[in-house]
Amino acid sequence: MPRRKSKVADGTNPPALTDDVLRDIFERMVRIRSFEEEAGKLMESGRIPGALHLYVGEEAVAAGVMVHLTDDDQITSTHRGHGHLVAKGGDLGRMYAELFGKAGGYCKGKGGSMHISDVEKGMLGANGIVGAGPPIAIGAAFSNKYRGTGNVTVCFFGDGASNEGTFHEAANMAALYGLPVIFLCENNGFGEYTRQDRHQAIRDVADRAAGYGMPGVVVDGMDAVAVYETAGEAIARARRGEGPTLVEAKTYRYFDHVGVRGMGVVYRDDSEVLEWRKRDPIDLLGSRLEELGVMTREQMDTLQERVLFEVREAIAFAEASPDPTPDQLLEDVYTVTAGAR
Amino acid sequence: MVEMRMRDALREALREELLRDERVFLLGEDIGLYGGSYTVTKGLLDEFGAKRVIDTPIAESGIVGAGIGAAMAGMRPMVELMTINFSFLAMDQIVNNAAKLHYMSNGQINIPLVIRMASGGGSQLAATHSHSLEGMYAHFPGLRIVCPSNPADGKGLLKRAFRDDNTVIFIEHTANYSLKGEVPDDEDYLVEFGKATVVREGTDVTLIGYSGSVHQATRAATMLAEQEDVDAEVIDLRTLRPLDMDTVIASVKKTNRAVVVEDDWKFGGFGGELSAQIMEQAFDWLDAPVARVSGKDVPMPYNRNLEFAALPSEEDVVDAVLSMF
Ligand SMILES: Cc1ncc(C[n+]2csc(CCOP(=O)(O)OP(=O)(O)O)c2C)c(N)n1
Repeated sequence: MPRRKSKVADGTNPPALTDDVLRDIFERMVRIRSFEEEAGKLMESGRIPGALHLYVGEEAVAAGVMVHLTDDDQITSTHRGHGHLVAKGGDLGRMYAELFGKAGGYCKGKGGSMHISDVEKGMLGANGIVGAGPPIAIGAAFSNKYRGTGNVTVCFFGDGASNEGTFHEAANMAALYGLPVIFLCENNGFGEYTRQDRHQAIRDVADRAAGYGMPGVVVDGMDAVAVYETAGEAIARARRGEGPTLVEAKTYRYFDHVGVRGMGVVYRDDSEVLEWRKRDPIDLLGSRLEELGVMTREQMDTLQERVLFEVREAIAFAEASPDPTPDQLLEDVYTVTAGAR
Repeated sequence: MVEMRMRDALREALREELLRDERVFLLGEDIGLYGGSYTVTKGLLDEFGAKRVIDTPIAESGIVGAGIGAAMAGMRPMVELMTINFSFLAMDQIVNNAAKLHYMSNGQINIPLVIRMASGGGSQLAATHSHSLEGMYAHFPGLRIVCPSNPADGKGLLKRAFRDDNTVIFIEHTANYSLKGEVPDDEDYLVEFGKATVVREGTDVTLIGYSGSVHQATRAATMLAEQEDVDAEVIDLRTLRPLDMDTVIASVKKTNRAVVVEDDWKFGGFGGELSAQIMEQAFDWLDAPVARVSGKDVPMPYNRNLEFAALPSEEDVVDAVLSMF
């Protein structure tokens, strides 16, 4: 549970939270949940190989952030990256095809779950290496600043990743150069099977921001509106050229580190999972939308059905996609450099 | 002798060394409460406590550096890095410190550190989780490179690693963890470094492997005997540094042909080193150029068929052998 209420970094122009934006956030969350639950089933039944790190429980973070971004704003993602790309408008069919290892996948079946990227959407890649994102993110932010694009880069990383030296190096440089980057720590309480209090002596990763000379904010990662507002501040601040912010969203993954099973595991009590599930991000926002009269239950059910249909279509596309052919094995090791002399 | 799997044999080695020497302690991500990514350290936290079996943050450079410093100060640590691919984050500590400080300090500094890591593909985890880079570490003077192919060697070499006053890079192939074999239960059982074994005797060609590739070479030798009437000798190098060229050269002088088998990339891989040394030491005995069967020169793809095609197979070994006659 969050220990502190979300408080705003600095800057005074939070983007307006219209009904359309609320519906948009809700839809993105539902789409992530549906994508992940179906992916989990496919992994359980052996139809999707490899290792899936599922995002269920953390949807409010990706959705609350991504509604602020355009395709020209970049993100760097993690091994637990499906939710980020779904929220950023990724093509579900090409995502599933990648999970299946098919030629129709984002990476032609060469990357798999941990390595999906969609450069056109500004998604610079999930990454199988913990802590690989922050340095890449500041490079993208540097290019935005250099070219004066007004775009920002959001770097997603876990509480576990916050202990890698790469994060420290990148955070220091971002503050030093005043880069338009948001370090978005998804603190789900664990790095793999190690609880946060067994991998770092602080409770709030955001505390570290002071040491780099940037604002640090804690936000309730189960509350999509809080995420929206806090991320909005940080993003607006970066767009104004005022530099980086460290935002820490307190969230929880319902499933196991890899795969679907989330209960009956050695490293946490089932009661803890149930406790977090009581504040399910989709339920929380759903109730709020109902109270505000933004959406009715029927509209939400209809939306869920439509999204599930979309997801099933995407799976059908993926399954029908062919395997990459053996001659593609050696392709793409190098790019063809046009016009080099 | 007791029959056990590689992972259990490695755990036995760790247990015995923890019991034998107070200075031994273990550091690594998820090695304690969870028991290790490949369950090698399972149960050790319960038995030895959190003082000696330590879960670390995800900080490869930090934990290897801590191992180096503790070793300098007189401890005998072991650091587990999950996979060899993640060891890149600790590369500076390994190469600039562990490998060099003894030499640079005029022998004042010893770094008796064991760094364990897993290598190998075949599980569809793609290019950040699947490479075999034993040869890359073998490039650096000052490191010992150990890569067992079977449970008995796993135990004997790991115990031996703790007795060494140098840093040992101990590399375990993921495909070998479940492999069963007879393992001596003698707590003084050690396997000496720099001693290759002839795992199958033969007269027509020498197949040289280490770690996972020993098994491809052995299966290829069986196929060659059954289908092609070719009698292959198979050598398991066991350690790449020190490297037992005497066993290799003696074999090549008998068979007059050599094939190196490895999962690693061919370009700049360890097979090139072996091939050059065979050429230097046994040129006149060779009836054909040394052949190399290795992984394809690409980051490991995720798709099953592509991954399969990227890794060397026993059929590739058979083809390489047949092309020499
Ligand atoms: C450099 C590196 N070290 C270790 C791993 C193995 N690993 C994969 S995910 C993970 C935990 C990451 O925790 P966190 O950053 O909190 O993200 P979460 O899984 O909780 O989303 C670890 C240790 C890795 N992939 N890369």
